Amino acid sequence: MMPKLPFLKKEKTDASTPLSTGDRSEIFRASRRDFLKIGSLAAGGFVLGINFQCNGPKGELITFAPNVFVSIGSDNIVTIVAHRSEMGTGIRTTLPMIVADELGADWSKVKIVQAEGDEEKYGNQNTDGSFSVRMFYEPMKKAGATARHMLVQAAAKEWGVDPSECDTESSHVILKGGSKKIPFGDLVAQIQVMEIPKPEVLTMKEFSSYKLVGTDLPIYDVKDIATGKAVFGADVNLPNMLIAVVQRSPVVGAKVVSFNDEKALAVPGVKKVVKIDGPGLPAGLDKPLEGIAVLAENTWAAIKGSQALEIEWDLGPNQTYNSGVQLEEMLKSTASNGTVKRERGNFNQAKSSSGKVLEKTYLAPFYAHSTIEPPAAIADVKADGSVEVWAPSQHPQWARGAVAGALGIDVSKVKINVTLLGGGFGRKSKPDFVAEAALLSKAAGVPVRVQWTRECDLHHDYFHSHSAQRIVATLDGSGNLTGWNHHTVFPAIGSGLDAAPPSDGELDLGCRDFPYDVPNIRIEAHESSAHTRVGWLRSVSNIHHAFAISTMLDEIAETKGVDPVDQAIQLLGEDKDLIFAGEMVGDYGNYGEKIEDFPWNTGRMKKVIETVAEKSNWKANLAAGKAVGFAAHKSFLTYVACVVTVEKDAAGNLLIPEVHYAVDCGIPVNTDRIRSQFEGGAQFATSLAMTSAITFENGKVQQNNFDTYKVIRMPQSPKKINVHIIPSTEKPTGVGEPPVPPFIPALANAIYKLTGKRNYELPFKA
Amino acid sequence: MENYTLTINGKTQDVNAPEDMPLLWVIRDLLDMKGTKFGCGQALCGACTVHLDGEAVRSCSLPISQVGEGKITTIEGLSEEGDHPLQKAWVEHIVPQCGYCQSGQIMNAAALLAKNPSPSDSDIESAMEGNLCRCGTYNRIKDAILTASKSL
Repeated sequence: MMPKLPFLKKEKTDASTPLSTGDRSEIFRASRRDFLKIGSLAAGGFVLGINFQCNGPKGELITFAPNVFVSIGSDNIVTIVAHRSEMGTGIRTTLPMIVADELGADWSKVKIVQAEGDEEKYGNQNTDGSFSVRMFYEPMKKAGATARHMLVQAAAKEWGVDPSECDTESSHVILKGGSKKIPFGDLVAQIQVMEIPKPEVLTMKEFSSYKLVGTDLPIYDVKDIATGKAVFGADVNLPNMLIAVVQRSPVVGAKVVSFNDEKALAVPGVKKVVKIDGPGLPAGLDKPLEGIAVLAENTWAAIKGSQALEIEWDLGPNQTYNSGVQLEEMLKSTASNGTVKRERGNFNQAKSSSGKVLEKTYLAPFYAHSTIEPPAAIADVKADGSVEVWAPSQHPQWARGAVAGALGIDVSKVKINVTLLGGGFGRKSKPDFVAEAALLSKAAGVPVRVQWTRECDLHHDYFHSHSAQRIVATLDGSGNLTGWNHHTVFPAIGSGLDAAPPSDGELDLGCRDFPYDVPNIRIEAHESSAHTRVGWLRSVSNIHHAFAISTMLDEIAETKGVDPVDQAIQLLGEDKDLIFAGEMVGDYGNYGEKIEDFPWNTGRMKKVIETVAEKSNWKANLAAGKAVGFAAHKSFLTYVACVVTVEKDAAGNLLIPEVHYAVDCGIPVNTDRIRSQFEGGAQFATSLAMTSAITFENGKVQQNNFDTYKVIRMPQSPKKINVHIIPSTEKPTGVGEPPVPPFIPALANAIYKLTGKRNYELPFKA
Repeated sequence: MENYTLTINGKTQDVNAPEDMPLLWVIRDLLDMKGTKFGCGQALCGACTVHLDGEAVRSCSLPISQVGEGKITTIEGLSEEGDHPLQKAWVEHIVPQCGYCQSGQIMNAAALLAKNPSPSDSDIESAMEGNLCRCGTYNRIKDAILTASKSL
């Protein structure tokens, strides 16, 4: 069975189904023991937990155990648990700041502790799909409001006043008018014995009264990072720990026939060589690849030892795989009839009666995540069979399950500590490297850190699929778009040798949800097979879909002789909620949310387009003949429009002097981190558009390190990146992934203005 | 295996290591100082940048046998209180996203400012070209370097 997409959160168990934002959380008093397990606390504190009862995407009730904890110590320190993984989005600050603001806490007296991976206790911790803020904004508010309510009640009683005369501010309860105040810490004894208030008695603050939410609050870890103190995956040191470096199957599915470890064991410091049994084919999403691990006293000895291994492989069926050949075949297949996945009107009729037909094809390569921190994990399998792990994991619960599965033990015996992640982008949601550490620690009888090298990372990633697309657009005599036929094909996430089309979930990422008011639409999917491990990369198939759609729209506007910005607004039509009723073939996922809760609103999209056009001086620049390009793309329920300016320097190098983004992500929680995600998203997208590609020959990845898998460096990076955040009180949505998709076609369209040549293949040849 | 005496962050440290062991692994594994990061092992990303006699070097590709009597500075030794002008500017501009590459970025920038206290945009770009940031904090890095340069 095809695994579901990350944002559908069903790849592990039913219990990891996403919460909908239809929040029905229940606050309760957590036991001290529960809390103390997850972090050090001032003694004598008050601890508050939330018990979640939330809707799954289909409306079924799922009950989660305590999900997040607030604690107030008698020392007046408020401790908030961050239960989502920090990989650079700022979520470790953004969710706690909601709690703190609703509570009325002094941020300088807030301590954040990272939760271990425990689904029963915290609910969903799978940090991807840009849904942390979307899913947890309301529960975080409720956690803060509950504690505030109790503190106010306690102070009012002490002062003999009505609670309505009290409020909280800077970690104190204050009597309105300012004549009295008392620190939270002094009320701990009173609230410890108080009933937890029912949700209906709580009052939530209005957005306008927030002091932290909606501001540029600096991330909690900034000083630790700037001083080298922040702890990442490979930074934990345990007594007697060995370091493992692994030679893994050079071709996915390869099995070890025999190996000679004599030379490896002769390297000073090498202690042991261990074979890891891989699943062969299918490779799966959570299993280590087959390999030979060299365990040594230090990393250098392990690297040298692994290089000295002599391994004979049975390479298996993927040894003849050539990605260039497959891409050609995929492109050819898009000229045939595929499986129809969305139908509106009658495209064939539109085509036969059209004045003009535009038909274009688009290619994109495999991409690697290449986080600057390569995968690394530490496991300590103890004599009683239990195991403690430290890992930079986006999905600690999946890692917990994978470790338990690899060792054949119950998950209750696995403790997962989550470190900071040195970049994630989807790679570190997969637990293969964590399971490796556990298997090797068990085999060695000591703690083991498995350390991937950069070559390991690029050769054995779960890659973003290469893809081929064909778009056929029909225009009437006036150049108006009358028909849209989009063919797409790429090896699906988690697929293998058997031919299969992309999953519905992948088609929902910027392809089937084509929002424009065109009378005839047909979306067709085609089959391909996977000969490597395919996974999700920041923005997933929105990357190639947005590239094709928004460059084609630019070409259509040019054909008609209209401004592409005006055309987009016109094609979106009047302000309305799209729900695609009756048009989708198969389930439409809508990023795990009910379409009624998060409809596709054309008005919000028009607003970001108008904003980006105005702020970037689009009309004037266009009239002046500047090389500017435009694209708009909604993904992960966030509306984004983008304008990119390009030029060439004296040596003919392409430069990106200016970028404008407009974004509507609902209530903006941490405005600095919203901007930083867009700044970084533009840089990430520039690498995808200009420099990066993974190719396979004879089943093997051809790129080894950053000399051949290139990502942009400071001189090539987009310079002035302006992010215009639309003020909104709509439900908040995420910003990790939405910056990437529209940037690439906006850049493509700008390059066309500059050079007169259109790019139909990523990465571009500018 | 050889014995080496290193001067690192002003202290003398004795280590026993093979002569080809890169300084990175001496620092991280033998001395248990984790601020210096591993990124590529080929001097292509700059995450492992430290100073050798004030020069920025890629410790992943510098064998310990070539360190000699040079004075090594790591992120832990850049300032006593974490208040080097660059560290303060990094906080002011909220430069980091994931933060993993930032030790190397700061060490590389510190070597630049030591030589050229008032770098131009293009001085910064060419000096920082060897340091990758996959999160894409390049513009804030540049702004922070400019801020720090003004306070020198």
